[in-house]
Amino acid sequence: MSCQCSGGCGAAGDSEKFAELDRFITELLSRGEPPERRRGNLIQILHRAQHIFGYLPEEVQKFVAERLDLPRAEIYGVISFYSYFTDQPVGRYKINVCTGTACFVKGAPKVLDEFKRQLNIREGESTPDGKFFLGALRCVGACSLAPVVMVNERVYGNMTADKVAGILAECTD
Amino acid sequence: MRIDTTRTLRDLAGEIASRPHPPVKISVSMGTCGIAAGTGPVLEALRTAVAERHLENAVEISEVGCMGLCYAEPVLMVSSNDGSHRLIYGDVTPQQIPAILDAGVDSIAPGTRTIERNWYYPEWETPAPGELQARIVLRNTGRLCPENLEEYLASDGYAALGKVLDTMTPQEVIDLITASGLRGRGGGGFPTGKKWQFAAARQSDEKFIICNADEGDPGAFMDRAVLEGDPHAVLEAMAIGGYAIGAHTGVIYIRAEYPLAVKRLEIAIEQAHERGLLGKNIFNSGFDFDIQIKFGAGAFVCGEETALIHSIEGKRGEPTVKPPFPADKGLWEKPTVVNNVETYACIAAIVRKGAEWFRSIGTEGSPGTKVFALAGKVAKVGLAEVPMGTTLRTIIYEIGDGIRNNRQFKAVQTGGPSGGCITAANLDLPIDYEALKKIGSMMGSGGMIVMDEDDCMVNIAKFFLEFTLDESCGKCTPCRIGNRRMYEMLDDITSGRGTPETIEKLKMLSATIKDTALCGLGQTAPNPVLSTLANFEEEYMAHVRDSRCPAGVCSKLIRYEITDRCVGCGICLRHCPVHCISGERKMRHLIDQERCIKCGVCFQSCRFHAVEKR
Ligand SMILES: Cc1cc2nc3c(=O)[nH]c(=O)nc-3n(C[C@H](O)[C@H](O)[C@H](O)COP(=O)(O)O)c2cc1C
Ligand code: SF4
Ligand code: SF4
Ligand code: SF4
Ligand code: FES
Repeated sequence: MSCQCSGGCGAAGDSEKFAELDRFITELLSRGEPPERRRGNLIQILHRAQHIFGYLPEEVQKFVAERLDLPRAEIYGVISFYSYFTDQPVGRYKINVCTGTACFVKGAPKVLDEFKRQLNIREGESTPDGKFFLGALRCVGACSLAPVVMVNERVYGNMTADKVAGILAECTD
Repeated sequence: MRIDTTRTLRDLAGEIASRPHPPVKISVSMGTCGIAAGTGPVLEALRTAVAERHLENAVEISEVGCMGLCYAEPVLMVSSNDGSHRLIYGDVTPQQIPAILDAGVDSIAPGTRTIERNWYYPEWETPAPGELQARIVLRNTGRLCPENLEEYLASDGYAALGKVLDTMTPQEVIDLITASGLRGRGGGGFPTGKKWQFAAARQSDEKFIICNADEGDPGAFMDRAVLEGDPHAVLEAMAIGGYAIGAHTGVIYIRAEYPLAVKRLEIAIEQAHERGLLGKNIFNSGFDFDIQIKFGAGAFVCGEETALIHSIEGKRGEPTVKPPFPADKGLWEKPTVVNNVETYACIAAIVRKGAEWFRSIGTEGSPGTKVFALAGKVAKVGLAEVPMGTTLRTIIYEIGDGIRNNRQFKAVQTGGPSGGCITAANLDLPIDYEALKKIGSMMGSGGMIVMDEDDCMVNIAKFFLEFTLDESCGKCTPCRIGNRRMYEMLDDITSGRGTPETIEKLKMLSATIKDTALCGLGQTAPNPVLSTLANFEEEYMAHVRDSRCPAGVCSKLIRYEITDRCVGCGICLRHCPVHCISGERKMRHLIDQERCIKCGVCFQSCRFHAVEKR
C-alpha cells in the first residue's frame, strides 16, 4: 500500500520540499543520540519524506542517505522491504481496499475486483492520468464495518461492488 | 503543575473527583470504528443542541474511546454523575439527539435503539447476574476521555506507579507480576514476570522496554482500542516495567495504519511530561523514564520481536534466530523487554489490587481476562473482555448474539494467520492458552473470525497462505519457497486442478515448513491449512474428487444458470457488470458462460429465484 497522507499535493516547489525534509531531519538528529543510533530515525524520516513528496524518488533517497551517512543501497533496501513505501509516483486519490480477514470473509475480494475493473488497473498501480491509485491493506481496525475501503484518509464501511462507481464519482478535483 | 510526590497525586485525584460536575454525562464513542461509522456528526449535533438549550451546566459531553460495541456505532452513553443510571444508545443519528436530551437518564428516547451492557468493572463493581464480561484491560476504554489526563488521575491513574516507586523494590515488582501469573497477551503466552526477571538479571549500562503495538493479525483490534481509549494505562505500565528491569527508555512500536492511536499517545506522553509523571526524577524517587514512539511501515513480520527491534533500528524488519533473546541482546544490543499492549494494560491494576485478586479471575494456568475481537459473520461485531476459561459458545452466542442473518455457524478462526479453526464440536470448551493449543489452534492476539456455511474452508486456508506469502520477509527458504508451493497447491484445489495426492503433498510440506522455518511467521504458516484439513477434509475432497465447492465460493468451480422460472424482467441483464446476459423482455434470459465472471450479481438481484448457482 502507499502512504495514507495526501502529501505531494501542495504547490510547493522541489527546493521547498527538500528544505522541509531537511528541517525535519535536523530536528530529529539534534536530540544528541550517538552517531551509530542515528539510523533509528530512518523509518520516521522516510514516512515524512513520502508525506512531503508523495513518493520516494531517487533524489530523495540520495538526500536521506547523505544526511544519515548511510549507503544508498541501505536506504533502498529498507524502502523495498516495507510495503508502505514506494519509489513510484502514485495517483492523487489513494484507494486502499482492506483485505484483512474480517473484510475478506465479508466480500472484500469482490469489491477489489470491481475497482480493478472500473479503473482498468491492477492492484498496486495508478491510472495513467495520475488520478487514482489502487492498493490493498491489511486491517485498519474498523472490522465492524467490513468490508472497508479507504480513499486517502476517509473510511468507507459496509462496501459492496455496487458502491464502487459512486465512490469514484465522489473523487473530483 | 508538577506532581512530585504520591501525596500530591492523591490530593489532586481527590480534588478532581470532588469537583462539581453537571448531573448528566453523555459519552460519545470516538474510536476509529465510531468515527468511521459517523460519530463525528452525532457529537457535533450534541454540542449544538446543548449550546442552543443552554444546558452547559446540566450536561457534560465527553469524547471516549471504543466501548466494544462496534456493531452498533455510532454509540453514546447517557449516565448520571453519581453512577446510578446508565443508558447506552446504538445506531445514533444526529436527528435523534434532541429526543435523547429530552429523555435524560430516567427514560428512553422514543425511536432509538438501546443496548444492554453486560460487563462489570471487577475493581469496584460486583457482577450482577448475567454479566458475562469483566473489564480489567478495558477498565477505562470507552469510559474516560483519553485526551484528558485528569480523568485518568481521578480513576487511580498513576497510583500504581506511585506505589511502586514509593514502596517497592524492583525485585518486589517482578515478584508481584510473577505471582499474579500474568502471561503475555501478544500471542505466545509467556509469563511476563519471568521475562522481566531475565532482563533484570542482566548487568548493563542501558536497558530498554518496548511496547509491541504492531497488532498485525488482520481482524484483531483490541490493542487499537486500548491505545485510542486509555493511552495512559500503557505509559504507566511501561514506566513500572522500566523500574522493575532497570530501563530508563521505553519505545512504543506502532503500526502506521493507526493514526488516531498515534495522536492520542503523543498527547498522553506530552501530558505525562508536563505533570512530571514521565521524565526526570518521577515522584522524587530518583527514577528517570522517557517514552518514544516508533512507526511501522506495513510489514506484518515486524510484530515478531526480533524483527521489530531491527525495524526500530532503521533496518529491514527481518527476524533473527533466538537465542540470543531480546532480554540478553535486544535494541542496540542491550537487554530489552518486549511486551504487548494488552499485557501492559493489566499491570497497573495488578499493582493496585494484588496478585491474589488477579488470580481469582480466569483459570489456574491462565489468570485474568482476555479481550477478543469478534468479527466476521457474527451478529454483534465488537470487543469482548471475558475471564479466561469462558467458552466459545458464551462469546459467540451470548455476547456476539450468534450468526448474522440466521445462517449456520461453521467455524471460528483464532490466532489469525498463525492459528487454526475451531468447529462446533468445541464450542463448549473453556478456553485458555493450553486448551486452544490442544485443539490445534492458538490464542494469538485474540482475533476471532466467525465463519458461516457460506464460507469455503479451502478458500479461507488459501487466504491465510496468501497473507503469509505476502508478508514473508524472504530470508529463509522453507517460508519463501515452501509456502509458495503450498499456496499453489491450494490454488489448484480451488480451481479444480487438484487431486487427492495434492492433499497428501500439502500435509507433508506443512510438516517440513513447521520444522525448518526460521521465525514464527513461517513456522506457523501451515497451521490454517492443517487445521482446516483436520476438521473439513470432506470439503477438500469435494473440491478434488467432484470438482465441487460445497459452499459455492470457489468461482472456477461454480456456474450460474437461469432456469425456466425466469419471467424475463431484465433486472439481471441490467445489473450484470460485464453485460453477458441476453434475452428479450418477458422471455427466458441466458448467461454467456464464456464471458461470465461469476460475480453472483444476477443471483442476488433476481427476485424470482430464477438464477441458480451450481
Ligand atoms: C510473525 C509474528 C507476528 C507477531 N505479531 C505480533 C503483534 O502484532 N503484536 C504482538 O504483541 N506480538 C506479536 N508477536 C509476538 C511477539 O514476537 C512477542 O512475542 C510479543 O510481543 C511479546 O509480548 P507478550 O509477552 O506481552 O505477549 C508476533 C510474533 C510473530 C512470530
Ligand atoms: S520464516 Fe518467513 S518471515 Fe520468518 S524469517 Fe523465514 S522467510 Fe522471514
Ligand atoms: S432477474 Fe430473474 S426473472 Fe428477471 S430476467 Fe433475470 S433471471 Fe429472469
Ligand atoms: S455471475 Fe455476474 S458476470 Fe456472471 S452472468 Fe451473473 S451478473 Fe453476469
Ligand atoms: S479486516 Fe478490514 S478493517 Fe479489519
